[in-house]
Order: sequence, then structure tokens, then C-alpha cells
Amino acid sequence: MLKIDNLHASVEDKSILQGINLEVKAGEVHAIMGPNGSGKSTLASVIAGKEEYEVTKGSIEFKGENIDELAAEERAHKGVFLSFQYPVEIPGVSVTNFIKTAINETRKAQGLNDMPAKDMLKLIREKSEMLEIDRKFLSRSLNEGFSGGEKKRNEIFQMAMLDPQLAILDETDSGLDIDALRIVANGVNKLKSKDNAVVVITHYQRLLDYIVPDFVHVLYNGKIVKSGTKELAHELEEKGYDWIKEEVNA
Amino acid sequence: MDLKEKLLSSFLVFENQVDIDTYVHDVRNDAIKIFEEKGFPTKKEEAWKYTSLNKILKEDYSLFPQQEDAIDYKDIKKYFIHDIDTYKIIFIDGKYSSHLSQTTHDGIDVCLMSSALSKPKYRILIENYFNKAATKDSLSSLNTAFSSEGAYIHIPKNKMVEKPIQIIHFSTGNESATMLQPRNLIVVDENSHVQIIERHQSLNNNPVLTNSVTEIFTNKRAIVDYYKIQNDNSNASLIDNTFIKQKKESVASVHTFAFGGKLTRNNLNFFQEGERIDSILKGVTIIGEKQHVDHNTLVHHIEPNCESHQDYKGIFGENSTGVFNGKIIVEKEAQKTNAFQANNNILVSDKATINTKPQLEIFADDVKCSHGCTIGQLDESAMFYMRSRGIPEKEAKALLMYAFSNNVLNSVKIPEMKQRITKIIAKKLGVNIGFDL
Repeated sequence: MLKIDNLHASVEDKSILQGINLEVKAGEVHAIMGPNGSGKSTLASVIAGKEEYEVTKGSIEFKGENIDELAAEERAHKGVFLSFQYPVEIPGVSVTNFIKTAINETRKAQGLNDMPAKDMLKLIREKSEMLEIDRKFLSRSLNEGFSGGEKKRNEIFQMAMLDPQLAILDETDSGLDIDALRIVANGVNKLKSKDNAVVVITHYQRLLDYIVPDFVHVLYNGKIVKSGTKELAHELEEKGYDWIKEEVNA
Repeated sequence: MDLKEKLLSSFLVFENQVDIDTYVHDVRNDAIKIFEEKGFPTKKEEAWKYTSLNKILKEDYSLFPQQEDAIDYKDIKKYFIHDIDTYKIIFIDGKYSSHLSQTTHDGIDVCLMSSALSKPKYRILIENYFNKAATKDSLSSLNTAFSSEGAYIHIPKNKMVEKPIQIIHFSTGNESATMLQPRNLIVVDENSHVQIIERHQSLNNNPVLTNSVTEIFTNKRAIVDYYKIQNDNSNASLIDNTFIKQKKESVASVHTFAFGGKLTRNNLNFFQEGERIDSILKGVTIIGEKQHVDHNTLVHHIEPNCESHQDYKGIFGENSTGVFNGKIIVEKEAQKTNAFQANNNILVSDKATINTKPQLEIFADDVKCSHGCTIGQLDESAMFYMRSRGIPEKEAKALLMYAFSNNVLNSVKIPEMKQRITKIIAKKLGVNIGFDL
């Protein structure tokens, strides 16, 4: 589904990603871990199409098609979703209206008519219940004054609504207490199927107890320096990242 | 002959034609002298530093356009708020159109300035109110000198007017260039409430210059909600002079939606003559091309314990220019005044300009006055966030701009009016999305 080949990317001439290779197949869950500043969030943003990042070398293929020239919205229309580490506050736009617009613009791009209001309401009800989101919350301005946990839950709510084929969760666990973490992780697990894939970017192993990865990769200095299975995550939790750094630098 | 000379020489002809009582006659004669002396304002005057009338004064305007009353309602329906029942006072090229209007004398007067100026039964009201709020600046004086037609609204005390009143001034463009000077007088007595919508609309692309004066008297505990829709053609210019006198415990609000026209200057003046008055001035400006919109506001706090709230949002694209000049005067006696002013702007293009200037003159020592202005661009991180969810760039921009002006729209009290404004905004931004936020 996602094939990243020798990806180099920079922002303002500063090289951040220095040759990433990663293949994610349908039905798989991948975890990307690594110390601060290793390039995890950059990788997420580059896949989602943030314009400030320039792909200087290599390629990103999604469902067999090269997407590195596509605009962010075009990637979204093809089924890429990024859950933001820091969801942006948009005063004046309600959660409901935002998601309605996102869904209908995506449908428009796919040559479909707007979703009938009745279906939209049903979908909103279903998904908000799944994530234990209060109805009142949906009429509030997007992310404005939301707690860290509410913001992340709202990200997963949008993911549930948009039903992407590839979901990249960037530090979705940060700012979540244990109950919120469980709700969010359950949501992600319910959305998982053999046809979609999830890339979890995280600092800690904690989230991976709930969203169990098939593969774990360690990113360091803009490169994937080690890959393994979920046991690797446990090892990192126990020993930290220093041994990886030493291994790489040796 | 330049426009000033033309106006001065036609005044004599005009004044001899109209048959009215001596009070108004004297007022007009005084007014033309002021205009003769002061002339049109130039950029040398502080209040006109960023707005030049030079170009629009060069046209050879017809001052008294021929009567042309053959307009079908269906052709201009779109300029009305037509999905609710309203009173309507409609003018075409400055002349009253009875077949498009719906006036009343049933308990309230929603009718014509021309009859108010000429009929004896209105005489006392005219003497008490006509030209009693307008200042003696040159453009208002020019309007006063030629004042003959416009809307006349008198709401006696304890009336809650259920239907909004629409005042629309159409110009047909039958002449190659037209100058119009409508004059509106609105008197709302004790405890009464009225909602008014005003619009100036040209029907083709011939140049139009409108120099309008509206005087509004909001008496004790009265409530006036006034909405101005400015979305005219690209050769239509408007100088709107609005003067509001408020008595104690009254609430007056003016919303100005400035989306179009060539040059628009809003001189909006509030005078608080009593205690516990609230004055509300809100505006959304969305312009592009070479459009120019200038909001020049004045709130004069004269008595203690009053409030004023100003909130103007502006979005400027292409080569457009915006001006906001907000003056607040707090007199020595006006203790415990709360005066707030905010002017937030977004520049969408590198070539757009905004000049914003708060002007506070405070002579009282126990007051709360705040002002703030911002000039920014659209938030890039918000743009990426929205686009990553599948909302295309143009729509994402539109949604952000709409959200930016949303708090002004939210205070519009007529739902159909709010809907209409959001439709105009969507059209203006070139998107087809519902902003039912």
C-alpha cells in the first residue's frame, strides 16, 4: 500500500530525512519509534504532503502511484490520513461542519454527490458514540479550548468518519491519560481491517500495548536504523535509545 | 465645469423647484454655503489621508436623472431579502417606486422623506430632527443642500415593529453617469424596537456616485438594529454618512457588510446623549480587485456609564485597499465608560493594503477603553491541517476566512439576513460550500 524508497527530505535547506525505506502492506500495523529530533514527525508530514518539506531524493508510492507531487488534499482523497501531534485550533468552525465539509469535498473529488444529511448524522452519531464523545462537543469550534485528550480523541473521530486506507498516528498517545488512551486505541482497533493499514509514531511503548504492531522501526538521524517486531518496542522501553545510538555511531 | 461648480449652479435651479416650508429651505441654504466654502475633502485632511475622491469626482455625473420606472420586481428580486415579510421603501434613480415598495402609516410611519418634508403634519418632527444629528462636514452638507428624497421612518413609543424594513436605492445606469444623494431620517421613540436593512445597488456598469446621509434618533430605551449591505458593481461608489443620536438606556447597532463597489467610504458616527447607552459597530469587509473600502467611525461618549463595542474584520485580496479609522472620544463627564474597539485584518495578496488607525481621546479618568488591531495572513498550519483532511486549498481558505468573520455574523439578529450574507460571502470567495457553522 505504502512504499517509501530512499526518501530524502529537507526543510529550509536543512536535511531531515536521509534515506528512508519503508513498506507497509494492507492489514499491517507499523510502529515508528525513535528519540526526539530523529525525524518521526517530519516523515509523517512528508507523507501527508506538507508543502514546507521538500522531497530532495527518493519517492513515496501509495497504492502503486507516486504521490510526492500531489497536494495534501489529493493525498487525503486517495485515502491518506494524518492524525496530528498538535491538532490546529480553528475558531469559528465547528467540529461537525468541518468533518461534513471534509467528507463532502472528498466525495466530490471521487465524483460522488454530497452525503445525504440523514446518513451524515447517523455516521456522526455512530462514530462519536464509539469514541465516547459528547454531542455538545461536536458543536464546539474545532480544537479551540480542547484539552490534550479531547484534541486527540477528535482526531480519531475524524479518522473514523473519513475511513482512510492509510492512517498515520503522530504521537497520538501524548497528552492522553490512561482512560482516554484506551478509548482512542479501541477506536483505532475497531477501524482496523485487512484492507487498511496504520502507522503509529510514538515515543513510548505504552500505546503499543493497545495497538499491537506487526513491525517496529527505529528512526534515528533521519534513517530507519533498526527494524523488528513488537519485542523491539519492549527492548527500547527497557533500555532507552542510547544503545541504538551507540550501535549506529560505532 | 467641475463637479463642485456643477453642483453649486444646479442648486439654485433645484431649490427654486421644490416647494417646501422655510425651515428646510433655510437649512439647505446654510448647507450649500458650507459645501461651497469647504468643497470636496482632499487627502490633505487627516480624515481623508488614505482615501482619495479625485478619480470618482472626474465623471460627468447627471445630478437629476430621468425618471425610469420600468423595472420588474423579478429582475431585481435577488437584491431583496425576499424570503420574509418586510416593509420596503424602494427608490430608482433617486425617485420613489410605489410599485416596488410596501410602506405603512398604520401605527408607525414607514414612508417617504419627500412627503415628510412637505406635509404640515410632519412639520414638528422635521423641525425637531431633520439635520440635527448630521455634522457640518462638506459631504453631509452637500447632501443636506440637495435633500429631497429618501426613507422616512417614525416609530412612536412602545412599538415593537415585527417586520424588518428594507431601504433599497437602485440606480439604473440609464444615464452615462449618475450622482445620487438619498436622505434618510429615522426616529425611534421610547421603548420601541426596529430592524432596518439598507442597500445601494446599481443595475449596470455605468458610474454611480452616491452621497448618502442617514440620521437615526434612538430615544429612551429604544433598540435599533441597522444592517448595511454594500455589494455593488465595480463602477459604483458610495459615501455613506450615518449619524446616530442615542438617548439614555438605548441600544443601537450598525452592521456594515462591505463586499463591493469601487470606492466605499463609511462615515459612521454615534453620539451618546444619556446614561447607560450601548452602541455597537460591527463590520465585515471582503474585497478584491482594485476595490477600496474605508470605515471611518466615531463614538462620542458624552455621559457616564455607557458602552461601545466595535468589531471590524477585513479580508483584502488582489490590489484592494482597506482603511479603518476608529475614533473614540470620552468626555470628562463620561466616567465609567467601557469602550472597546477591535480591527482585525487578513491580507490575502501581496499587493493588498490596509491602513488602520485607532484614535482615542479620553478626558475622563475612570474608564475602560481598549483597542487592538491586527494584520495577518491566513494561518499556514491551519491550511495544512484542513487540506490534509481533504478540503481543497480554495475551500480551506474560504472556510478560514468565513470563520474569521463569524463572530460578527453571529450577532446578526435576522436569520434570513445572516443566510443571505453567508451566501454573498461564499460567492465572493468563489466556493460552493455551506457555511452553516
